Amino acid sequence: MLPYRIPLNDWITAAVNFLEEKLGVVFDLFSVIIYFLVDNLKDGMLFFHPLILIVLIAGITFYLAGWKNALVAFLGLILTENIGLWEAFIETLALVLTAEILIIAAGFPIGIWAARSDRVNSVIRPILDFMQTMPAFVYLIPAVMFFGLGLVPGVVATFVFAMPPLIRLTSLGIRQVPKELIEAADAFGATDMQKLIKVQVPVAKATILAGVNQSIMLGLSMVVIAAMIGAGGLGEDVLRGIQRLNVGQGFEAGLVVVILAIILDRITSSFDSKKA
Amino acid sequence: MEDKIVIRNLSKVFGKNPKMALEALKNGKSKDEILNEQKQTIGVHDVNFTVKKSEIFVLMGLSGSGKSTLQRLINRLHTPSTGEIVIDGIDITKLNPHELRVFRRKHFCGMVFQNFAILPHRTVLENVEFGLELQGVEKDIREQKSLEVIKSVGLDGNEDSYPSQLSGGMQQRVGLARGLAVDADILLMDEAFSALDPLIRRQMQDELLELQEKMQKTIVFVTHDLDEAFRLGNRIAIMKDGRIVQIGSAEEIISKPADDYVKAFVENMNRSAILTAGAIMLPPEETALSGDGPRTIMRKIRKKGLAGILMTDTKKRVKGYIKADRLAAYIKENQSKENIPFDENLVEEAASVNEDTPLTDVINSYTEHEYGPVAVVDSDNRLKGVIVRGAVIAALSEDHIETAE
Repeated sequence: MLPYRIPLNDWITAAVNFLEEKLGVVFDLFSVIIYFLVDNLKDGMLFFHPLILIVLIAGITFYLAGWKNALVAFLGLILTENIGLWEAFIETLALVLTAEILIIAAGFPIGIWAARSDRVNSVIRPILDFMQTMPAFVYLIPAVMFFGLGLVPGVVATFVFAMPPLIRLTSLGIRQVPKELIEAADAFGATDMQKLIKVQVPVAKATILAGVNQSIMLGLSMVVIAAMIGAGGLGEDVLRGIQRLNVGQGFEAGLVVVILAIILDRITSSFDSKKA
Repeated sequence: MEDKIVIRNLSKVFGKNPKMALEALKNGKSKDEILNEQKQTIGVHDVNFTVKKSEIFVLMGLSGSGKSTLQRLINRLHTPSTGEIVIDGIDITKLNPHELRVFRRKHFCGMVFQNFAILPHRTVLENVEFGLELQGVEKDIREQKSLEVIKSVGLDGNEDSYPSQLSGGMQQRVGLARGLAVDADILLMDEAFSALDPLIRRQMQDELLELQEKMQKTIVFVTHDLDEAFRLGNRIAIMKDGRIVQIGSAEEIISKPADDYVKAFVENMNRSAILTAGAIMLPPEETALSGDGPRTIMRKIRKKGLAGILMTDTKKRVKGYIKADRLAAYIKENQSKENIPFDENLVEEAASVNEDTPLTDVINSYTEHEYGPVAVVDSDNRLKGVIVRGAVIAALSEDHIETAE
């Protein structure tokens, strides 16, 4: 239709190059932080004998989510260890946890900000829609361009992909705090900070935790995909299974991903009901 | 009494250009016209009134009349468009956000809401401590203070319960206690009892009045219920379309409604609950004095043609009631004596009420004492007037209202 092709491709490449050039220091800092978190989490967890960790995780699950879930976790983890995927399991867990720590560190304040200002909210919403509807794979490309191959771009892509639900639900939860509770706090002369800490966040807790849960689940799915750019972990085994047409190997690794997903979901979705 | 809150020419417009809306109002446009033409809502328009220290001032009106908006202007939850709000001599419309916060902490017992607005994640005790906590009061002190208040509103034993475990009435006690725990003297109550069922509501009203007797706070109470307004309010402001139509005591409003709007309201009222003994009592007739001999008393009775007479001492304190037939019989028995001594057994207990006793209760004392008039006495038991049976019935029929005052 148009006489020439719009060079969207070139523009984006130029923009990414520009950012890489100007913000190299920031990206390096990111890399350092991510490496630090992943390595320490991974080494920390691998330091223990698998059985100790299995009992510990099953114990936490029991405390938070009841004996049935704990049993599933226990058997699943025993299986994981037995089929030799323990290390990959821990690596994936470390990646997810790292991404989630960063997501909470950034997403929670952004969510609060979006809750407090309609203007911020109206800017952030389309960005979040964009982030969530974009095919997950697409994030891998700029991540690789900025951070090369390896676990760092994996975590960064996960971070970007899995953050939206936390921001959304934090903002939603705080906006849904009954108007009268805010008026009551104001009437007693509460500062903005007191209102936030003593009223808004506690009342919105259930919704915010639902956001944490969702972002962890999304993060897990992304971490597996991120194996394509060398993030390691269970995704790598799945990928290898696909490449070699080894159904059994791919399925084993996929099953462990499911086990991890179940454990993470049961633990995080129980936070609220336990403490309320 | 001292003026606590003085409101002058206060207006509130919800919209982008309050001046334009107020200008239009001056030029005779109605609230609806302004809403349609300018997309601006008139909340409160040119309101003036004074709330005195330690009184319960009720803002009464239907929904949309601006009563809640007006209340929220008093502690500046809403910022006024024009006008002054002077509390303890300080115009709070001029305070900056920080000063306002400090002012609220010092002068307001927060607010009590229709839907309680207590924090679901906190226990009763923690909720009551809320206001003190915001002020940075130390844990021990605020806990001690809160426990006292919890006791005074009848919540003791529930300190560690969560709001979801409590009934509506109990939750509202928490809301009330949270306000009272703060060491301030203005309490704002917004439809505080409207969500409660009628019996509990009545009970809460009584308890509020009882507490108020002790605490002497300045209370601004918003309600849409005229019965409640008249029951609680020392003075009542009736609102319509953002304006105050009439301010006065319950009796003033009933006997002299300012316009047809108020009249229509008042007509639907249960009169017996609002009219008080003071409004229908007659000046005291002649009484028997202690020291009067039986014959003197008999003469007083005959002169008026009564069935009996109230007896008072020289300070007009009511002693009791003497029936004419018993007195006559006693005199007959002792006819031979020159000076008949007065027999205290002749004096029976008299039905007595206070000036502000509602008519319903006056009727009750009638059923308890079948004879004689009801004595209206002050707190010192001094006779202020009497009520005869006919007056009560007359007062309950509408026509009598104008003449009762």
